[in-house]
Amino acid sequence: MSDVKDIIKDTTLTYEQKVLALAKAAENSINVLNIDEETQKYRDEGVICDLFEGNAPYRPRYIVPDYERFLSKGSKFLGLEPPKNIWEATNHLLILYRHVPSITSFPVYLGNIDYLLDRFIKDEEESYQAIKLFLLHIDRTITDSFCHANIGPKATKAGSLILRASKELNTSIPNITLKYSDETPNDFALEAIATSLETAKPSFANHEMFSKEFGNDYGIASCYNGLPIGGGSFTLVRMNLAKLRPIAKNTDDFLNNLLPHVVSKMAAYMDERIRFLVEESGFAESNFLVKEELIAMDRFTAMFGMVGLAEIVNHLLDAKEEADRYGHSKTADELGIRIITRLEEEVNKYNSPYCKFSNGKFLLHAQVGIDTDVNISPGCRIPIGEEPEMLDHIMHSSYFHKFFPSGIGDIFRFDSTVKNNMNYVLDVLKGAMKVGMRYISFYSSDSDVVRITGYLVKRSDMEKLDTGEAVLNGSAVLGLGAVKNQHVLDRKERKE
Amino acid sequence: MSKGLINKILPFSSVDGPGNRTAIFMQGCNFNCLYCHNPETINNCHNCGLCIATCPKGCLLKQEGFVAWNKDQCIDCDNCLKSCKSCSSPKAIWMSIEEVMYKIENTKCFISGITISGGECMLQKEFVTELCEEVKALNLTTFIDSNGSVPFWGDDRLINAIDMVMLDVKAYDSEAHKMLTGKDNQIVLKNLDYLASINKLYEVRTVIVPEVLDNIRTVDMVSKRIAKLNANIRYKLIKYRPIGVRTQLINSYVPTNELMEELYDIAKANGCKNIVII
Repeated sequence: MSDVKDIIKDTTLTYEQKVLALAKAAENSINVLNIDEETQKYRDEGVICDLFEGNAPYRPRYIVPDYERFLSKGSKFLGLEPPKNIWEATNHLLILYRHVPSITSFPVYLGNIDYLLDRFIKDEEESYQAIKLFLLHIDRTITDSFCHANIGPKATKAGSLILRASKELNTSIPNITLKYSDETPNDFALEAIATSLETAKPSFANHEMFSKEFGNDYGIASCYNGLPIGGGSFTLVRMNLAKLRPIAKNTDDFLNNLLPHVVSKMAAYMDERIRFLVEESGFAESNFLVKEELIAMDRFTAMFGMVGLAEIVNHLLDAKEEADRYGHSKTADELGIRIITRLEEEVNKYNSPYCKFSNGKFLLHAQVGIDTDVNISPGCRIPIGEEPEMLDHIMHSSYFHKFFPSGIGDIFRFDSTVKNNMNYVLDVLKGAMKVGMRYISFYSSDSDVVRITGYLVKRSDMEKLDTGEAVLNGSAVLGLGAVKNQHVLDRKERKE
Repeated sequence: MSKGLINKILPFSSVDGPGNRTAIFMQGCNFNCLYCHNPETINNCHNCGLCIATCPKGCLLKQEGFVAWNKDQCIDCDNCLKSCKSCSSPKAIWMSIEEVMYKIENTKCFISGITISGGECMLQKEFVTELCEEVKALNLTTFIDSNGSVPFWGDDRLINAIDMVMLDVKAYDSEAHKMLTGKDNQIVLKNLDYLASINKLYEVRTVIVPEVLDNIRTVDMVSKRIAKLNANIRYKLIKYRPIGVRTQLINSYVPTNELMEELYDIAKANGCKNIVII
C-alpha cells in the first residue's frame, strides 16, 4: 500500500490525476487473469507489455462511439434530447465525452467533429465562439493527449472554424486528424497545413487506405489508431522486438522459431484480457453506450502492437555503419519487410472469438513507444538521429504502412521558413499519400505544441513539470520522459 | 540528345519556387560574384587532381587523365570542394536527359515541378530546353533560376519549354555590376523587360550586401522598373549571409532588419505589390 501513500503525497499530481492513479492502484491490487508461466516471463522481460491497461480489464481500451447516432437520437440515460443548435450540440457532446470510458478514463475519440457540427452552423461568428469554447473546454477538462478528433475529408465551414480556433488556442488537446483524400480541396488542405505548422495538428490520414479496410465508418483515435465507429478496440498489447535481441540466435531462428512463439503467447494473452472484459467484467451488460447502441460489441477488434523493428534488424545484421543500417541499406529494409510480413502471417493464424468486426483477427499496430523506452524506436520508424533525406524517408515508410490498419505514422519537423511555401508541404503530403503512406504529421521547429511520438504536449508544460510543478495535462509526464529517453526534440529538421 | 554537366540534384526543395520542386544545379557560371555562396559551381573541373588526396573515403581517383568520383562511397564531407583552387567540383557529372528524367520519375508525384539552377544554367541552353520539354510532358512546371546574362529572347523553343524565370538583378548600375560579378548587366536588364512582357518572370532577386553595393540605389531602380512592368511580380530581397562565401574576397556582413525594412518600404513606395524579405 506504500504505492497508494506515494500517490496521495505526490505534489506533481493534480487532484484528478491522483484519483485516477488511485483507481489504477486498486485495479492492480487484484489478479484475475490466467497467465501461463512462459507468457509471464515475456511480460517480466518487457517482450510483451500491456501498456498500463491494468490487471483487471473492465472497459475496452479504445471506444469509438457513434456520435452521429447520439446527435440524432439524444440519450435516454443522460436525459438529453437531440440538439437543435450549435450551443446544444457542443454542450451535448461535452456531456457525453465525460462518460466515455478508456484506460485513462478520458475519451480517445471525439468524433468527426466538423461533420457533426456543420449542420448547426447558421451564423458563422456565433458558431466560431461556440466551437472555440468547445475546444477550450476539451483542453482544460479532458486533460489527456490521447484524446483525438477527426475532420474531413471534405471541406466544411465547421472544419475551417475548427482549424481557425485550434490555431488561435494553440493547445495540445485534442489531437486532430484530417482524413485526406482526392475529395479534400487544396485550400482546405492548406488551411490544415498552416494550422499544423503553428500548433502541430492536424495530422493527415490516408482516407483511401483506411476506407478500403474499414469502410467509411472509421475513426482515428488516440495517437493514430484506425478503428471502426460504433466499436473500437478491446485492448492493445505490444511486442517489443528490441527485447528479443538477447535471445534471438540468428535471423532464421528469429523468423521461424522465436517470433511465432512470442506471437502465439501474446495473442493468447490478449484474448485472455478480452475474455475477462467481455465475459466477466459486466461492461457490455451495464454500460449505457452499449444499451443505447452508441457502440456494439461486434464492432470491436483488438490491436496487436509492436515496437523496435529498427533495433532487431540492426542487431540481426550486426549493422554498425550507417550505410548498413535500417533506413539506409536495402538489405536491412528488406529484412524489416520480411519480419513484418512474417509477423502478419503469424498474427493472422490466431482466431479470437471476440473480435467479430475483424473476423476473429487482431489488427497490427505500430506502437509509438512509452516514456521509459530507451533506444527503442516506435513501430517501424527509423531511429531519431539516423533519419535519411525526406524522399527516402517517405518511401521507406510506405513499405511498412500497408501492414498496419490500426495505426502507423511518421513525423516530419520543418524549419519555420517552410511557412513561406505551404504548397511545398501540400506537395509532399500528396506524394506521400500516393505512394501509400498511411499517416503523416508535420510540425515546425518554433512551435510550442510538439508531437512527441503520436500525441501532443506543450514544451512549456514539460518545462514546468521538470521543475516539479503539477500541470493540467497528465500526458506531459509521458512527453517529458520521451524527451529525455528518446530525444524526440532532436528529430531531423527539414530545411531544403 | 544532349548531355548536361550537373553539379547536383536535390530531390525536394522548398526554396526554389512555388511548391515542392526538384532542383537541378548545373555546373559552370560566367559570373564570378564576390558573394557567391556556392563557388564550387563556377568552373568546370580541369582535372588537376589536387582534391584526390583530401578524400577520407578514397572516392576520388584519376582515370585516363580525368578525376573520377565514386558516388556510392561518398560521405559528403566536401573536403574536395574546400581543397579545389579552381572554384570547381570533382562531383559534377555529365548526365543525359534520360538520366535526369530517371531521377525526376522518382520524385514526380511529390513535386509541382523542377527548377533548373546553377551555376548559370542558361550556359547549357540546349540541354535546359530539352529537359524542360520532357518535364512538361509529365504535367510538371519548369522554372529557370538565372543570372540573366544569356538572352532569353529570340529562342521560341526555349521560351515554350519554360514556365517561369527567377531572375537575379544583382546591381542596377553597370560599373557596380562589373565590380561584383565581373560582367556588364545590359542583357540582364533587357531580360527583365522581355520576361516581364511575356509573363514569364516569376520573381526578381537582389542580394543586399552592406558596404559593398549601393543597395538603396539598386532596390530603388529595380523596384521602379518592376512596378512599371507588372507590379505583381515578386521582388525578393535577400540578406547577404557569409555561409559558403569566399570571405577573403568580400568585406561585408548580414544586413540589419532595419535596412531590410527600409528597402522594403522603398520598393513598396515605388509600387511593387509583392515584396519578400529572406
